[in-house]
Amino acid sequence: MKHLALLLSAALLLAGPALAVQFDRILPAQSALSFVSKQMGVPVEGQFRRFTAQIAFDPARPDTGRAALEVELASFDMGSREVYEEVIGRNWFDVRQHPTARFVATGLKHLGGERYEVRGQLTLKGRTREVVAPFSYRQQGRHAVLEGAFPLRRLDYGIGTGPWGDTSIVADEVLVRFRFVAAEAAAAAGGPAPGTRPPGKP
Amino acid sequence: MLTEYTRTAIALHWIIAALILAALPLGLIMTGLPLSPQKLKFYAWHKWLGVTVFVLAVVRLLWRVRHPPPPLPASVPAWQRSAASVLHACLYVLMLAIPLAGWLMSSAKGFQTVYLGILPIPDLIAKDEALGKTLATVHAWLAYALIALLMVHVAAALKHHFIDRDDVLRRMLPRLPPPKETT
Repeated sequence: MKHLALLLSAALLLAGPALAVQFDRILPAQSALSFVSKQMGVPVEGQFRRFTAQIAFDPARPDTGRAALEVELASFDMGSREVYEEVIGRNWFDVRQHPTARFVATGLKHLGGERYEVRGQLTLKGRTREVVAPFSYRQQGRHAVLEGAFPLRRLDYGIGTGPWGDTSIVADEVLVRFRFVAAEAAAAAGGPAPGTRPPGKP
Repeated sequence: MLTEYTRTAIALHWIIAALILAALPLGLIMTGLPLSPQKLKFYAWHKWLGVTVFVLAVVRLLWRVRHPPPPLPASVPAWQRSAASVLHACLYVLMLAIPLAGWLMSSAKGFQTVYLGILPIPDLIAKDEALGKTLATVHAWLAYALIALLMVHVAAALKHHFIDRDDVLRRMLPRLPPPKETT
């Protein structure tokens, strides 16, 4: 059994640094977090300009992956001042009471090919629900591009209440889209075996 | 040559008239409303009305090619004949141009038009804030022009009916069955 493990890790190492790559830094300028909401059947897109993410993703060992995302809700942008004033208010995000949304991954798995899936807890406006988001992983030079989307029901989180609760005007379902560009962990390339962490890092 | 309007022409005239008379006040009111579900609903209805007017105006023009309108009564002076045909041409242009400008404006502002909330109409132009503002101005001024021309159109029809006492208005009215002869 031990021999098998050794053999496997040797094989992994021999397979080249690509397999040992761990991505752990999100590059905010190249990453995007957006959503599509339907108003009277019309898809309308918006974005969150400011968010921070901590990830550790090794495409060869997705089960070791970790991800946590914090979104500054006041960085919401739908291209309209009027919409902004409304949406940061109490009926929608209520950013004064709940300035951030948080996502913490609880599980990552490989679906095959470049497809992966992340499962986690999303906390929005003080309510936490589980979400599952499929995403694709592509390597671009020394960067990983993680791109995916998942639907959520805004009313599950109490978003768009009062007169806006009428889902025939603004649909309950909102599609959240993300595109994260992550850089390789500095010491990972060609360095330690997959899964191990470089010394001196928390 | 036809001596009267076809039923189809009459129906198209009045259906389009009703749609325009709904779309115009909606458009005038909705832009000033504070953001609310009501406002979104008004915008959607306004766009659906506009799309319908555009399609029906095309149908009407095609119909008109095969079924030319009856000539004006001989009593109408030449300048009024010219004025009428220019006015009608302008109305047709506006029935097409206003929805077109509205649709393009909507695309430029980043809102696709989805007819009846079901049928997405492709965006011909990409999102462009400055262009959106320009098109909004164009859309509004064309609509003001339409309001002015419609007033002339209605005034002329009423003048024909009440002052000239000819059948210019009556021939465009929905045809009612003739009154029963009482002997």
